[in-house]
Amino acid sequence: MIEEPVVHGIEWTVKELFVYPNEFIYWSIQIVMYPYMTGLVAGAFVLSSLYHVFGQKDLKEIAQFSLVFSLALLPVAALPLLLHLQQPTRAMEPLLTPHFTSAIAAFGIVFTTYALIVLSEIWFVYRKYFVEQIHALKSAPGLSSAMRRTVYRVLAMGAYDVSDGAIKIDKKAATILAAVGIPVACFLHGYAGFIFGSVKANALWMSPLMPVIFIMSAVVSGIALCMLTYIVIMEWQAFRRRRSGGVIEAGEIKGAEAEVISKAARYLIGFLIAAISLELLDLIFRGYTAMKSWDILRSVMYGKDFMNIFVLQYTLGNLVPFLLLVLPRRTLLRTVVALLLVLFGVFMMRWNVVIGGQAFSLSFSGYMHYEIPVIPHSVETFKEGVFGALMVITTPFVLFWIINKFVPSLRRTTEGS
Amino acid sequence: MTCSRREFLKNTVSSTVASVMPLSAFTLLSHAEAAAALAESKVRWAFLVDTNKCVGCGLCVTACKKENEIPFDAPVTRTWVERYVVTKDGETHIDSPMGGRDGFIDDKIRGEEIDPDNIDKAFFVPKLCNQCDNPACVQVCPVGATYQTDDGVVLIDRNWCIGCGYCIMACPYGVRFFHPEKKVADKCNFCYHRISKGMQPACVECCSFGARRIANLNDPNDPVANIIKTERVSVLKDEYGTKPHVFYLGLDAEVR
Repeated sequence: MIEEPVVHGIEWTVKELFVYPNEFIYWSIQIVMYPYMTGLVAGAFVLSSLYHVFGQKDLKEIAQFSLVFSLALLPVAALPLLLHLQQPTRAMEPLLTPHFTSAIAAFGIVFTTYALIVLSEIWFVYRKYFVEQIHALKSAPGLSSAMRRTVYRVLAMGAYDVSDGAIKIDKKAATILAAVGIPVACFLHGYAGFIFGSVKANALWMSPLMPVIFIMSAVVSGIALCMLTYIVIMEWQAFRRRRSGGVIEAGEIKGAEAEVISKAARYLIGFLIAAISLELLDLIFRGYTAMKSWDILRSVMYGKDFMNIFVLQYTLGNLVPFLLLVLPRRTLLRTVVALLLVLFGVFMMRWNVVIGGQAFSLSFSGYMHYEIPVIPHSVETFKEGVFGALMVITTPFVLFWIINKFVPSLRRTTEGS
Repeated sequence: MTCSRREFLKNTVSSTVASVMPLSAFTLLSHAEAAAALAESKVRWAFLVDTNKCVGCGLCVTACKKENEIPFDAPVTRTWVERYVVTKDGETHIDSPMGGRDGFIDDKIRGEEIDPDNIDKAFFVPKLCNQCDNPACVQVCPVGATYQTDDGVVLIDRNWCIGCGYCIMACPYGVRFFHPEKKVADKCNFCYHRISKGMQPACVECCSFGARRIANLNDPNDPVANIIKTERVSVLKDEYGTKPHVFYLGLDAEVR
């Protein structure tokens, strides 16, 4: 049987009124995931830099964790792009023959630069630990210790000097890298916003505010995810201590945790306010200037996507967590709920930009609805469906688990054990 | 042989840079090629659509699909015909079933019956790639797979397109799509394989009503180019600054 050629997008696009024949929702869930994951990377890095560069000492615990976590998130930022390409085997072409008038062409370069900064910063931060491990494992018996030692020998790259002078240089290098990393992280994500903001054909996307909005919401989501993962890990450790009888240690963990979380929450609220203000400015400006496209945009925003934009994104994803975080007598549970809602809100923002931008026809005379494939029946409906998105979301946690085996990001407690 | 670590790293970096540098960046041009690249092209292809003459038979769409091997029953198409019906209540009804491939044999528009006595005006508008002078699709292609020729036509290299869809998003006219079999971006190119051999594009050749014509704007004796130059023509969506080169006679303000 010859398989019928499938038009890309036809499986999940429902057209209403007049839409040009070639118009479909070409950019689907993976392109929602792309800025979402990139934003988490950038946000996690910015959080870690608050300690390394600006000396926010009370963030030390979470800073190291965020740095390692941003490394785990990093490969996943490129994964959605790979999954959405129609020719994934040609994915390296933007690096080989970049066409620099395109915003996407710079992706490889910005991404690689950023990856190098994160990797080298982690190396400088953890080099002392690597060397310590090499010495500690020297006398340890067993094959696994020998293998671990080999891994650390490779990671140390031959730099075994742990004198005070050498460690001082390490610290200085990490600080410089963290400082350089902030603008690069912002650039990495701001430019993801530019990819959308510069599409003049799309009435919803075209806005010079887009990159800035993307950076702000990126930092918000990155901090929220780091806080959330941090809380979960710390709670787990405290729980294990309590079970093994270490009530005092468990209390210690909880105390340190609460301090870190309240400090990080303050930064989260600040960036959240900036993100919402910019988004509202964009919305008000569109309504006030009422360009030709406003009629259709209004019908999408206040009509078809009202639930997605105003209920799920602004109310449930922004307003409710904001109140949960600001109101007095905050508990850990309330913080966790707020963080989950913040992450959901930023996801909905990405969704409303990417899918919302394709909800109306370029003819301004019709609409397109996106029906996300749930049960996959082909490679395409897997990649660009619910399961593809879930795969992207879970990968960083798996990677973090592996990386954390060699680069323990929560050292205070591991040393205690 | 000894090699210090510093030296080793230095050599690694330089050999990586050397191997990444694409050799194609240093292509040698012959004298003729260099002269041709510098001189202004003698050809600038443009298109003239006379909407007054179009009857909406859809033969152009059929011819295009067959000539350019676009799967016949796929809803995507390089050219299409839109039907506009403006009723007395000021409503504009638009449709283009299967891109108008089979003509407009049904009076209903998307299932809606329209009273003939209630119609102010009705007409057909053929659409195709505008071969813009300032093409947004070429600007955004991350790998340079879509490019503009010296004679003004925008082409796609099917062996180099990565299928990211950025060009599809960037085109204000919605002329681009993913080829259902080749899995790369596709669009009208004025039948470049034909016009560069002195033939007419498939849609022009098969239009019995002269609604579609191709022109060389740089040829002072081209009759179609002279119509574009001397008559009152308009283009679609000039507000995007793309400088489209498909010109229309009798274009209504309702056309999107």
